[in-house]
Amino acid sequence: MATRELSVGAPRLRAARRRWGEDVIKGVLALCALVSVATTVGIVVALFLPAIEFFREVSLRDYLTGTQWAALFDPPSFGVLPLVVGTLSVTFWACVVCAPFGLGAAIYLSEYAHDRARSILKPALEVLAGIPTVVYGYFALTFVTPRLQELGLPVGPFSALSAALVMGVMLIPTVASISEDAMSAVPRDLRAGAYALGSTRLQVATRIVVPAAISGIVASFVLAISRAIGETMIVLIAAGGQPSLTFNPLQAVQTMTAFIAATAQGDVATGTTAYKTIFAVGATLFVMTLVMNLVSIRLVRRFREVYE
Amino acid sequence: MSAVPGALRGSRPRGRVRGLLFQAFLLFSLGIGIATLGALLVQVVVKGWRDVDAVLLFEPPSADPAIAGAEPAIIATIYLGLLLIALTVPIGVGTAIYLEEYANRDRWYNRLLEVNIQNLAAVPSIVYGILGLAFLVRGLGLGRVLLAGAMILTLLVLPTVIIAAREAIRAVPGSIRDGAYALGATKWQVVWRQVLPAATPGIATGSILALSRGLGETAPLLLVGALTYVSFNPTLLGDFTALPVQIYQYIARPQDEFRVVAAAAIIVLLAIILTLNSVAIWLRNRYQRKW
Repeated sequence: MATRELSVGAPRLRAARRRWGEDVIKGVLALCALVSVATTVGIVVALFLPAIEFFREVSLRDYLTGTQWAALFDPPSFGVLPLVVGTLSVTFWACVVCAPFGLGAAIYLSEYAHDRARSILKPALEVLAGIPTVVYGYFALTFVTPRLQELGLPVGPFSALSAALVMGVMLIPTVASISEDAMSAVPRDLRAGAYALGSTRLQVATRIVVPAAISGIVASFVLAISRAIGETMIVLIAAGGQPSLTFNPLQAVQTMTAFIAATAQGDVATGTTAYKTIFAVGATLFVMTLVMNLVSIRLVRRFREVYE
Repeated sequence: MSAVPGALRGSRPRGRVRGLLFQAFLLFSLGIGIATLGALLVQVVVKGWRDVDAVLLFEPPSADPAIAGAEPAIIATIYLGLLLIALTVPIGVGTAIYLEEYANRDRWYNRLLEVNIQNLAAVPSIVYGILGLAFLVRGLGLGRVLLAGAMILTLLVLPTVIIAAREAIRAVPGSIRDGAYALGATKWQVVWRQVLPAATPGIATGSILALSRGLGETAPLLLVGALTYVSFNPTLLGDFTALPVQIYQYIARPQDEFRVVAAAAIIVLLAIILTLNSVAIWLRNRYQRKW
């Protein structure tokens, strides 16, 4: 605003000569920004070119509807459903953990906690979010699975449930921090109004703050789903390596990410169909998470627009 | 919200009980995360602390758990960290400056750039591994080398650094820029001498957090071929492994003794990562300024 008024009053304030150095700097900065664009283009090219080649050899229909995944066997079978179902099953159980508890943590931090409690709890959640996933995988395999067996659940050394539970806890900070951002953006007046009408804290939290912040909360769930779909190390270590078409969380499953990681390590010869499966499954994974991410970005923008 | 005077609080017992139950649920939600964190740390330390010794730190991996170490992996992780900072900070801060100070928000390509970065931040890390496999290892013919690993980790954490740096730059008040312009500074002088120094603590915090995330990544390195058995110390253009990959390799071995070695290596990894995170949190609390 101020600059516009200035330029109306004094048009001669424009630079006397063009500063080339400034232009060069702007160009260099734009180049930095281009790295991100190049990354996206690179990902799309790296995934889809080999994936297209793959679909010349295997029909898309067999891929999407086949119920048996045996890419490295002879004869091979390329039905991706067992991998997708394995992924969705782990994701579902992880969300059963992270959605209610992440939201609960967010409500506590935003509506109940005193400043001092918050200053301890928030860093603790950040530490939880910062633990490497390979460590979570170790924890699932050596701590959670034996505890599940002690509880009498019929799980083997590898199970979808063990991986999913640990993944769910890992995602609590993701859900909590985005949901809490959304709740903090809800204006104080709304709360004050509800209190003035005689609402209890519980009513204010559940009937005022949560509905007002709902787009941010949903965004946090969607992002958690996207991260659960894309998580690799926990499932690679604790969920097993056997693709099986089952929603039963007590069984071992192989997810899309675990398949990619396991196959790429095995040093499959370049150019074979088996090698191209890495890219076909990677492209499937990328498309699934891309849709989730775009939905989540949209929703976050919406709550920012409403209250900020 | 503790502004509600005590006398005005709801007196109906049913509402009271519900309120207490709800609060208990909320505390439980937080508790579950913190209890898991505690159990994880105890499990790892109890199992592995006896094995954090000179063998682990100064010996290469071995098929015999008694003499199996992780020296090449630890050194590679240090190299990766240095490369990561050297590559990520200039590109990330440059992008953030471009978006915050130079880009015209009304242009469609700048808005697309923003959405693109937000999406990249949530692309699964293994997809970055595929990118590295296709372009760096096979396409460019770099092979399965440390530099390829560092470049892939750079692309992976870049969005995090950009988003943190943008927030730090945005928090610098416009009056500081106006003051500098009023004294005749050029745009770059304003950015370089006023905005960036004021935003440095925020940028440093974000960069350190990104570094600690990058050093803990395993999946993309598996794809660019961090070899799981490397018995010599790494060079920039040579075969390499990294600490998380080494840990995974020890976990995947069938003998239980290797789980102990894995736990010991995890202690070293967690020590590095938790130190970085504490420094970041400390920096933020120490230098955070409300303008």
